[in-house]
Amino acid sequence: MYVAVKGGERAIANAHKLLAERRRGKRSVAALGLEQIVEQLSLAVDRVMNEGSLYDRHLAALAIKQARGDLIEAIFLLRAYRTTLPKLGYSTPVKTENMLIERRISATYKDLPGGQILGPTFDYTHRLLDPALAGEEAVFSLEEGPISPNNFVRVSDILAQEGLIEEDGRLNGAKPNDITKEPLDFPMGRDTRLQALARGDEGFLLALGYSTQRGYARTHPFAGEIRIGEVEVEYFIPELGYVVIIGRIQITECQMVNQFSGSAKVPPQFTRGYGLVFGQSERKAMSVALCDRALRANELGEDIVAPAQDEEFVIAHSDNVQATGFVEHLKLPHYVDFQSELDLVRTMRRDFEKAKDAVRSTACGLHEKQEKQKTGEVSSER
Amino acid sequence: MNDEVGDGEVLASYNFAYLDEQTKRMIRRAILKAIAIPGYQVPFASREMPMPYGWGTGGVQVTAAIIGPEDTLKVIDQGADDTTNAVSIRAFFAKTARVKTTMQTGKATLIQTRHRIPEEALTNDQILVYQVPIPEPLRFLEPRETETRKMHGLEEYGLMHVKLYEDIAKNGHIATTYAYPVKVAGRYVMDPSPTPKFDNPKMNQCEALQLFGAGREKRIYAVPPYTNVVSLDFEDHPFEVTKFEEPCALCGSEGAYLDEVILDDKGHKMFVCSDTDYCEKQQRKKMQNLGEEAKQRAFS
Ligand SMILES: [Zn+2]
Repeated sequence: MYVAVKGGERAIANAHKLLAERRRGKRSVAALGLEQIVEQLSLAVDRVMNEGSLYDRHLAALAIKQARGDLIEAIFLLRAYRTTLPKLGYSTPVKTENMLIERRISATYKDLPGGQILGPTFDYTHRLLDPALAGEEAVFSLEEGPISPNNFVRVSDILAQEGLIEEDGRLNGAKPNDITKEPLDFPMGRDTRLQALARGDEGFLLALGYSTQRGYARTHPFAGEIRIGEVEVEYFIPELGYVVIIGRIQITECQMVNQFSGSAKVPPQFTRGYGLVFGQSERKAMSVALCDRALRANELGEDIVAPAQDEEFVIAHSDNVQATGFVEHLKLPHYVDFQSELDLVRTMRRDFEKAKDAVRSTACGLHEKQEKQKTGEVSSER
Repeated sequence: MNDEVGDGEVLASYNFAYLDEQTKRMIRRAILKAIAIPGYQVPFASREMPMPYGWGTGGVQVTAAIIGPEDTLKVIDQGADDTTNAVSIRAFFAKTARVKTTMQTGKATLIQTRHRIPEEALTNDQILVYQVPIPEPLRFLEPRETETRKMHGLEEYGLMHVKLYEDIAKNGHIATTYAYPVKVAGRYVMDPSPTPKFDNPKMNQCEALQLFGAGREKRIYAVPPYTNVVSLDFEDHPFEVTKFEEPCALCGSEGAYLDEVILDDKGHKMFVCSDTDYCEKQQRKKMQNLGEEAKQRAFS
């Protein structure tokens, strides 16, 4: 006799116990410390801070550890924590021109005021696995010069002096929209879109940016400037009537400069694609900038012909916490709906067989008639 | 509804029912608007919840916004209280709101559900909260939000009728078995969430308030008590409710929604109620009746 299975509660508890066990792994191996993750897996930490929309290295490290290194799971953990925090206000726009620069490159000028600074980059490394890193690493120390706040002028500002590039976008209204407080509404302003892109999935945006380079809405991009470094975060306190510095964050800024031959709406000039993200996240900043530019198609009067230009398509599917939730929800029971579909398919199948039988019997009838005609049996009917 | 924070010792860092009061107020405003315009999808600033999108975050936010300490909560998934996700959501509110929970439909003041409406008729002191994955009934006919919004605004539902008509032309009947579209209060076409169409008639003139929460899609909609909810159909092809050929193998009920259970690897199967609470109640009734009969026989 069938008895409905009970005990979901115990099964869940046991599964989670096993998860904790597997997360810790072999006890003979030392447990990972958060400092180790912050220091030695810092680019993973940066990604989790970006897509988790929360600048806190230690919480991001904790999330990575708890998620067993699954970065989307870590991003989800951080987001679910962030949403419970009080939202006190908005900083003034960060002044990236005053950045303490650690890396700054431009692909549009050979040399420029301040120069090209490579900084800590994978670029030009040979991707050869380094066996020396497998064991204890030799201790070496690098003599680092002090980073000077030498106020490098931004490449886009150099172009702007000549009037060859469009102006930086201006915010409509005093306050930016806030996608963590307001529902997304299509079509959206560029401020809203850039926020969504900043927390969008790196892989998804990378692929879309790539698609524009391969001819799906070509935007003729040049990496005008990529800069990485620390900026001060300032907050205007109305009670005091002035701005105070509340902290410093590391960010990556990418200004794409896109050649643009003009449209009915806009004269020929260089246009911008912009990406700003937490930490050292160059690939992400560049992908955001490519997508930002592609998504400005409507504003600039370009034909919308490719996925990367389609705001609803890009923004509605860029959030990996939403995407993973909905994809993975297919694991939840669906047997009620499946039952309805089973019924339907059985009915349709019966109809199909009936129809086939009907066709077969008519065909048989015809065949018999023909046979009879051949043998002359039906001749008497004439 | 009372929003006092429970004793802070156990869960010092989270508010009553998890969400902060600001967020709850925002959600309640959306709910009120939804009740005022039955069937209309109200956008709301859905929050990240500690469970994944697609796993009931919309329903959980609606429940969190309206639950009070005096409420008794029931959570079902596929009609059953003991499916893993129902267990998890029930445990979430038992922990964050410390409310009473129940498995009995009649004893609940608040019922959160995924994919089913309880068999037992709901009353006007109950609220049914649906978890909704895709709130837009027109989404699979028109993927763009900007377009579907216009269609709702202009009450332009021709596309939906064409789809249903094409079903009839092709199959001789409407081949939609769940998430079967309804018209609410004679105005908005609404997705009843992917409940089987078997449950559609229960929504019509329902005594309980019905609230629908879609977290990922950031929409809330509602059917106020005693509202007309009509399944779309044609005069010559009226809406038909799924009928089951046999009664429930456990309780003998006819006219309840049944799940097919595979018994062995030869494909033998049986059909049992999907609403576990209803099934248990019917089984008890059956046992009682048998007892009464036995008693009567013994005394006669
Ligand atoms: Zn039953």
